[in-house]
Amino acid sequence: MSTSAALDHSHDHHHGPAKGITRWLFTTNHKDIGSMYLWFSFAMFLLGGTFALVIRAELFQPGLQFVDPSFFNQMTTMHGLVMVFGAVMPAFVGLANWMIPLMIGAPDMALPRMNNWSFWILPFAFAMMVSTLFMEGGGPNFGWTFYAPLSTTYGPPSTTFFIFAVHILGASSIMGAINVIATILNMRAPGMTLMKMPLFVWTWLITAYLLIAVMPVLAGVVTMMLFDIHFGTAFFDAAGGGDPVLFQHLFWFFGHPEVYIMILPAFGIVSAIIPTFARKRLFGYDSMVYATASIAFLSFIVWAHHMFTVGMPLAGQLFFMYATMLIAVPTGVKVFNWVATMFRGSMTFETPMLFAIAFVVLFTIGGFTGVMLAITPVDFQYHDTYFVVAHFHYVLVPGAVFSLMAAVYYWLPKWTGYMYDETLGKLHFWLSFIGVNLLFFPQHFLGLAGMPRRIPDYALQFADFNWISSVGGFLFGFSQLILLFVVIKCVRGGKKATAQVWEGAQGLEWTVPSPAPYHTFETPPDASLIKAQ
Amino acid sequence: MASESSHETYYVPEQSKFPFFASIGLFLTVFGLGNVLNDISADASVTGSTWTALIGFTILSFILFQWFATTIRENRAGLNSAQLKRSYVWGMSWFIFSEVMFFAAFFGALFYVRTLSVPWLGGEGAKGSAGEFLWPEFQAAWPLLVNPDPSAYPSPHEGLNVTSWSPAFFAGYLPFWNTVILITSSVTLHFAHVALKAENRKRLIQWMVVTVALGIIFLGLQAMEYVEAYGHYGITLDSGIYGSTFFLLTGFHGFHVTLGTFMLAVMLIRCLKGHFKPNDHFGFEAAAWYWHFVDVVWVGLFIFVYLW
Repeated sequence: MSTSAALDHSHDHHHGPAKGITRWLFTTNHKDIGSMYLWFSFAMFLLGGTFALVIRAELFQPGLQFVDPSFFNQMTTMHGLVMVFGAVMPAFVGLANWMIPLMIGAPDMALPRMNNWSFWILPFAFAMMVSTLFMEGGGPNFGWTFYAPLSTTYGPPSTTFFIFAVHILGASSIMGAINVIATILNMRAPGMTLMKMPLFVWTWLITAYLLIAVMPVLAGVVTMMLFDIHFGTAFFDAAGGGDPVLFQHLFWFFGHPEVYIMILPAFGIVSAIIPTFARKRLFGYDSMVYATASIAFLSFIVWAHHMFTVGMPLAGQLFFMYATMLIAVPTGVKVFNWVATMFRGSMTFETPMLFAIAFVVLFTIGGFTGVMLAITPVDFQYHDTYFVVAHFHYVLVPGAVFSLMAAVYYWLPKWTGYMYDETLGKLHFWLSFIGVNLLFFPQHFLGLAGMPRRIPDYALQFADFNWISSVGGFLFGFSQLILLFVVIKCVRGGKKATAQVWEGAQGLEWTVPSPAPYHTFETPPDASLIKAQ
Repeated sequence: MASESSHETYYVPEQSKFPFFASIGLFLTVFGLGNVLNDISADASVTGSTWTALIGFTILSFILFQWFATTIRENRAGLNSAQLKRSYVWGMSWFIFSEVMFFAAFFGALFYVRTLSVPWLGGEGAKGSAGEFLWPEFQAAWPLLVNPDPSAYPSPHEGLNVTSWSPAFFAGYLPFWNTVILITSSVTLHFAHVALKAENRKRLIQWMVVTVALGIIFLGLQAMEYVEAYGHYGITLDSGIYGSTFFLLTGFHGFHVTLGTFMLAVMLIRCLKGHFKPNDHFGFEAAAWYWHFVDVVWVGLFIFVYLW
């Protein structure tokens, strides 16, 4: 190839970002795109959180006070959809964009224009999805799992827009995942062997495989819905020889790997933060890699544990029960390794570390309730109760969301060049920690006592735990405004951050200045900088 | 950056308008389509929504055309290092894998209804009691020629499956000839690839023309089969699960063949323009992989939709 043309071209890159709004609309820079993903996901977090607060306000007392049941159903549905597809997944993609090229010594993501397309699909998809709330007949009201026939025979007309929104969100996720895989497999600096990659990179590589494997299945299942609704096919209607349970199988074949898509990158973040603040190398790096791969593999063969009460042959129930319990083994390896990393470390407790430790403890609680739910005969009792709600919110909120907050505090100085306000950060942590436990812990008891989920009203004996939960919800929700304030304050200035930022931090991202220059690693870093984890 | 080391500079493109405007095009397409479908269901006029979808699709097509043209121009200008080309290879490979998983959903649905849910509806096994309560007269069969509730889903008269294993039957069996055509097209495409690598331009173009023609013939025969299915067999989209699985599996496959034929036709034009070099023809290879993938899916369809 003509080297001079390439060199001439790369010369253009030494200027900074473009001015004005077009910097963001037309960018190909992984840091810009990462920032857009992160801001978008935070906006969706606040929107989905607002929907959650409508739910908690309604459930503060027994009886119907604020919203009618149909709108309540729209709120539970949109809360789930916005949080899963709008807040958690894009936040991890944003971190992948920002950090993976910095961690592996690459100049950018492998396919920079497609990278921007992955992002810009999202605002349009969510504009369409959220606009359904204002359409005739209301928005989707069948839960984020959109079981047929609730979503086909009985769904509102706006379901069509929900389906198309899922289609283009899926396209965005697949393009994003392809980009991550191409970047990690092809763009590593010389000397960055696979087993020297930071765990965040490893977990994202495996997450990207999960995305490519299951997002098309989700596209397939919503396509079947579309045809059942508009073209008279019978996929999910037994009268025509189909089966509503088929919907559940297809949905959960996507859905279970999906929950690991939302937690594996969190494992990577925590595996970066704990060694930094324990000032020790990560305990059991290799076993962490293998455990992540094992969890990903198992995620494909456990889906029907979401469907124990639907009427499955006994052999199916037994298989899915035992396969599900197996997941506790690699997950246990991970928790053991995090604790062993902290053991006899020189620990300090800056905000990222507080969130990371809370993650280990609270995610483990969510994992334990997961083992309880895996036991088929016991699940018959817990199914569709608040116990399930408590379980998956423990793994998603003090799990995935806490890891995201830990990540934001951990890398914010690298992004902005300034230290964030540690006092406010700690305040945010403690209010979130107290709020989240007040919010979700009582829901375990509600569920065990038999309170069903997705219900706007309840029997009197559930009143006490519900008001505690609602108080926790509002405390947690409004505490997130502190995060917004801390981030804005940090962007605008503060104590200058060094390149190293944290005393114990390891990895290539800490070898570039803070804030990270617009273009980094246009030539690969020196191989001597790349150390075993 | 002037060192002539073994490291080639990875080409990171400048700002690009394509992604943002492609998003607008994609959004208008699906938003318009959604409105078309809902307008039809509500017996409302579809004029506005059709225009929205068409405008969106025009924008999307125009942008994608420009986008591909730009990447071709960049490659021909020598901006793409060997490393960048590997990114394209990874990208195309995993895109094809995602397509495999898309078809897996529909194959999975077929396996599930044939081996589990239809027999259960017919009263078989531990889960058979539901069928006895719902439609006691229903008999499990495949092709499903009597639906559980024929008043809701008019039953097809006849299936399209293989009914005899005699050579005489296959000689007149359209799906068999479609299988022959598609497998042949994969072979002719391979010959074209060999000719490209041997810099035999004439052969290359001949084999490409044959391949594209075979793709078009396949689509024509498939259209004939659909007309037959609707007209003579009573197999329609709303004729129950047999028609549902048949049309979505073969329909999405046909859609992919259409896309693949289009890709190969573009590659033929690029061959005529002399874009490809024996050691640098990723666009050709990507289209070829896609074509072979579509071929493999058809073999799966032939086995599980027609022979089984």
